[in-house]
Amino acid sequence: MATLSVQSVKKSHGAATILKGISLDIADGEFLVLVGPSGCGKSTLLRCIAGLEELDSGAIVIDGANVTQSEPRDRDLAMVFQSYALYPHLTVRENLAFGLKMRKTPPSEIVTRVAEAARMLEIEPLLDRLPKNLSGGQRQRVAMGRAVVRRPKAFLFDEPLSNLDASLRGQMRIELMRLHRQLSATMIYVTHDQVEAMTLATRIAVMKAGELQQVGTPDELYQHPANQFVAKFIGTPEMNLIPADDARKLALVHSLPDGTAQVGVRAEDVHVGHGVGAADAMVEVVEHLGWEALVHLRIGALALVARMKDPPAVGARTSITLDAAGLHFFDGTGARIFSSNDRASAQRARP
Amino acid sequence: MKAVRNALVHVVLVIASMITLYPIAWVVKMALTPSQGFSLSASPIPEHVTLANFADVLGARDGGHWLFGRQLANSLAVSLAVTAVGVVLACSAAYALSRFRFPGRETSLRAFLFSQMFPGVVTSIPLYVLLEKLGLLNHLAGLILVYSTTAIPFCVFMLKSYFDSLPRELEEAVLLDGGTRFIAFIRVVLPLSRPALAVTGLFCFLTAWNEFILAATFMNDPLSFTLPVQLQRYVGDYSTEWGHFAAGAILVSIPVMALFFALEKHLIGGLTQGSVKG
Ligand SMILES: Nc1ncnc2c1ncn2[C@@H]1O[C@H](COP(=O)(O)OP(=O)(O)OP(=O)(O)O)[C@@H](O)[C@H]1O
Ligand SMILES: [Mg+2]
Repeated sequence: MATLSVQSVKKSHGAATILKGISLDIADGEFLVLVGPSGCGKSTLLRCIAGLEELDSGAIVIDGANVTQSEPRDRDLAMVFQSYALYPHLTVRENLAFGLKMRKTPPSEIVTRVAEAARMLEIEPLLDRLPKNLSGGQRQRVAMGRAVVRRPKAFLFDEPLSNLDASLRGQMRIELMRLHRQLSATMIYVTHDQVEAMTLATRIAVMKAGELQQVGTPDELYQHPANQFVAKFIGTPEMNLIPADDARKLALVHSLPDGTAQVGVRAEDVHVGHGVGAADAMVEVVEHLGWEALVHLRIGALALVARMKDPPAVGARTSITLDAAGLHFFDGTGARIFSSNDRASAQRARP
Repeated sequence: MKAVRNALVHVVLVIASMITLYPIAWVVKMALTPSQGFSLSASPIPEHVTLANFADVLGARDGGHWLFGRQLANSLAVSLAVTAVGVVLACSAAYALSRFRFPGRETSLRAFLFSQMFPGVVTSIPLYVLLEKLGLLNHLAGLILVYSTTAIPFCVFMLKSYFDSLPRELEEAVLLDGGTRFIAFIRVVLPLSRPALAVTGLFCFLTAWNEFILAATFMNDPLSFTLPVQLQRYVGDYSTEWGHFAAGAILVSIPVMALFFALEKHLIGGLTQGSVKG
């Protein structure tokens, strides 16, 4: 397994700059999830790492060796494509063996490795089928098997689960976690899916329009988003953003750091309560999720979402407060303002 | 109601088949009729049946050489060579045009298209001059060269659009699996392109097999004629040996029919391949 380093990578297609200088270090055995809105350049970055796209500038370093000029086959990475890209004319067994044959692995070892991967992914009964005779989930497993048999330095996944239905996706997510633990492999994983990102990642990198916004553990990104974009992108429902003026006017927040333009607060930090800093809100919509509910509240022109166990009735008026420890402050450019909350949690994190 | 509709459909189909088959039946009748005259009766059933015309055509000799055998060999050699040259060159050109961006790509695509705008006859005089300069007049190699150049542009277009429809990820998977571009082409692209290759091959073969004007222009020795040129010789200025012509025409069609049957499976695959994604 390997460390992987992306150094100031720039890439453009014609006039459009897709990657605007991306730098990212991925440790050995890390599961790095790359998220960002559609078209922000996630696939392009992955393809640059794989060697399928040439860089305009910058470098890709694998295990200390600069591979920027190397062919994909010399980088020893495996990629799982969104479309699976199984060889349609080859059986599952041949699909799995293809990469090993290319690398002149002895036939006896091919047999054992294919068997091992097939067992790990539970595709043994499918080995003699053609890809067209497999279900979506089975194809997905075979595509992963094809990567696993190779024992590459690192795995690259480009939205591998996006073609599966929700329940299968949940199942495959667990399998991926298991796979990562079993192989203790370095993995880079592109996804749109919040839940995938939060559950799979050891670290998440958030991208927007060809630039990295923040890289950190799921917890760091959730608790301390570096800017408004990350704050809104990570977490469902989206973080509530309250303009500083409204916050002052409603006296929801009792002190704002200098330069605050927006105050962010997550749904779980909005509570029903009375007393200092309470505001009168109207319950507009309640989304019942079973063990909790998302309550959409309105305070004048301001809309807020709260996460509650015992939601009030629709149309009810209720008094709400914001948990002071859960407040995030952003300046006019959207960047996070370092506040007493950050200090407190930083101290908590340092035992 | 359904039965009536079914019957109607069948009546229409039977009539359509008869219209299609009538000329063919008529040629068969002429081939089996002993006289060399042009039958004027509408019936496609011959009155007297004989295989004499076939025997004449098959047995014709020229200065001790078996004419039909030589010409069949010529036609086969030319057609197979054009098929081989055409398919090999067209698929490598089409792959490059489909997958790579290089200077001159657009220009060559346009040039291929442009070359398709002229009927073959227009180029026969310049080609004659060229072949003469190359010393390839009256040589089968000359015909192979000429037919290949006429067949290739169309084949390139056909194969290029087929390659365009193959997902690139398959080749990228090969590259990551440790293969080269060439291996991706040979091991993945070509096997997946079998239907398109079959159509292309058939097209090349038929281009060469059926062509007559250029062959008649460039070849002057009956021993180096291809079969279509010989066929045309039965149609004289003053008299036409219709019986021989018809028998010859049937004989010439047999290998083509055989080829169609042999490739049928692939051809049908080729027809449906594009309609269903994946
Ligand atoms: N070959 C290309 N030529 C021109 N533009 C391209 C090319 N490939 C990608 N792009 C553009 O680059 C941008 C980033 O594409 P990319 O596929 O990396 O996005 P993405 O983040 O993976 O999006 P998605 O989540 O939808 O897969 C897009 O705007 C896309 O239109
Ligand atoms: Mg993508």
